[in-house]
Amino acid sequence: MKVIKIDKNEWASGLEKLRSAYELIGPVKEKFYHAFQSLESGQQPDMDYINTRVSPKYVIYPQSELILECSLNENDEDYKIYKEPEKEYKAKAILGIRPCDADSFSLVRRNFDTEEYKDPYWLRAYESTTFVGLACDQPCPTCFCSSAGSGPYSDSNLDILLADNGDHYLARLLTDKGEKLAEAAGWSQETGEEADQQIDQKKQEAESAIQSSVNTDKLASQSLLDLYEAADAIWEKEAFSCINCGTCTFVCPTCWCFDVQDEVSGKKGYRIRNWDSCMYPLFTMHASGHNPRGTKVDRLRQRFMHKLKYYVDKYENGIQCTGCGRCVQLCPVNIDIRRICNMLNSYDPESCTCEVTAS
Amino acid sequence: MKSYTDKIKEIAKRLLKEDKVDIVIGYRKGTVPLMHQPFFATSEGEVDSFVWDSNCGLNLANYITDRKERIGIVATGCNSRNIAVHVVEGKIQRDQLYIIGVPCQGMVDRHKLAAMAEGNIASVEEDEDKGTITISGQGFSKSVDKAEVLQENCSICVHRNPVLCDELVADEVTEQTREQADPYARVREIEAMSPDDKWTYFDDLLSDCIRCYACRNACPLCYCPQCFVDESNPQWVGKSVDPTDIRTFHLLRAYHCAGRCTDCGACVRSCPVGINVRDFTKKLEKDCLELYGWEAGLNTEQRPPLDTYKPEDPEDFIK
Repeated sequence: MKVIKIDKNEWASGLEKLRSAYELIGPVKEKFYHAFQSLESGQQPDMDYINTRVSPKYVIYPQSELILECSLNENDEDYKIYKEPEKEYKAKAILGIRPCDADSFSLVRRNFDTEEYKDPYWLRAYESTTFVGLACDQPCPTCFCSSAGSGPYSDSNLDILLADNGDHYLARLLTDKGEKLAEAAGWSQETGEEADQQIDQKKQEAESAIQSSVNTDKLASQSLLDLYEAADAIWEKEAFSCINCGTCTFVCPTCWCFDVQDEVSGKKGYRIRNWDSCMYPLFTMHASGHNPRGTKVDRLRQRFMHKLKYYVDKYENGIQCTGCGRCVQLCPVNIDIRRICNMLNSYDPESCTCEVTAS
Repeated sequence: MKSYTDKIKEIAKRLLKEDKVDIVIGYRKGTVPLMHQPFFATSEGEVDSFVWDSNCGLNLANYITDRKERIGIVATGCNSRNIAVHVVEGKIQRDQLYIIGVPCQGMVDRHKLAAMAEGNIASVEEDEDKGTITISGQGFSKSVDKAEVLQENCSICVHRNPVLCDELVADEVTEQTREQADPYARVREIEAMSPDDKWTYFDDLLSDCIRCYACRNACPLCYCPQCFVDESNPQWVGKSVDPTDIRTFHLLRAYHCAGRCTDCGACVRSCPVGINVRDFTKKLEKDCLELYGWEAGLNTEQRPPLDTYKPEDPEDFIK
């Protein structure tokens, strides 16, 4: 695998060269926090950012996305016939995405890209994007990526991995897409073998800086029904503080559920898909008025069982979480997925108890 | 705050032991800094997890709505006012409750501290004698006066002591007068803006909203079985991130809280993107005070002004 060196001034000038072929998206400081935004001409991504509040999943999968539209003018030939709007899927590059966030797209892909079903909107956006990741040298106290199947230098869903090395980046070109982008930017400074070792060294240092972890080794072998029914040992107590807001699901890079809504504006009809949240009562409300997940305990259980048990059983590929820690940091009532994961992992159905560890 | 914590534990244990209550609602230490967790104890052993300090900024009245048990509840000034609102509105019976009153010294603003930190905050220390808060993390440590980093609603609060309680955990704290606190300074600034500037201001205020409804759900007043934004037949509001729908949600929610809001700040505290939702509710609080001489939750008898009619109600708006 090729490693090149990109001086930081060369990084900035290279990005300008990319603009003709790519829409550039990178972390930018907004009012208080960083967010991924489309970069205007001359605007540089802030590569000193720690992480964004909302994950970059919206770059591929917007919170509200127009999927169909129609005319509501009776005189039009195609009156009330839904059509896909003209939409250009121009090549995009996400710059400085953290490895955990990049890995989340592989998890989500298992849902949006199956043999049976392919989600055209998600796939087109995903396939037109080049992922230029920025390795994480200063993990947050809430980061538990390395025990959640990701890691501060994880490159499994990146096209280029950048490691910050003072006045330059060491860049691993991981895919053809990545090589193509580096070529278009004019980044081509060769490095010796020691560059590869340097990245590995930095990787080890970063991994040892991760302070928090989850135990997932027994999740697959736990009985689904035992966990589901552990109301007294787990769910009632943990759900008490939950206010059933959508913060955890909306900031999460791997929550993929959506709702489809029809809206009317003037003489046009729109079909929009919006992120939805299993925390909301409306998520499962039946037309009859019956709600199979009628209480907040049911809804909290659904979210964690989905991430930590149903997903584990269905895909046999770990938990539906990359350990980014956003929900831990932002849950207004301190519901901590690390705690719940460890509870599920250690639940003993005989005694109906868990070994609880906070983080 | 150790003395407060110890006293809360002592009272909670006594209440459970003497079978005066079935559960006691308080806070346990959070797994991350600045974020304690609402928690209920049913045994003396569980009471040992209770904690009290400047990170107990949610409103526990939110957790008693329609509950049937006998409840012990830890309550500050604003929390006790929301309990009073709940009693008036029939969401809980006064005799179900044993209120453990906390004379409040204010909560720290997690958004402000996060913005001050040069990185992620790994730990927070409070020095009660010096009145300082120290935040630290990888490569930084910073001490600030607690007064500087109080939640805005706490710094202008004029009801720190519980208005309704069965037992206090400490002597009452000195209240600020309204003249000292000047609680409506920010509202006046917004009122003085031109219509265009107001529009821009509110547009910008809500620009980061992700419609997670944390503000609504953290609010003890928002107990409707179905919120108007969730109704689907008829559907009043679109569900996308359209700015008009976002504004509609925030404005209507604020009006539903008019004359009921105690400015506890739970909405702002829970917002993941730091929107000062209180800019809406505070204006309505000011109007209620100026038009009706009304402050929410000061007793358990009177219904809020927008819920009642009196011949002397102001009617200048009828032209």
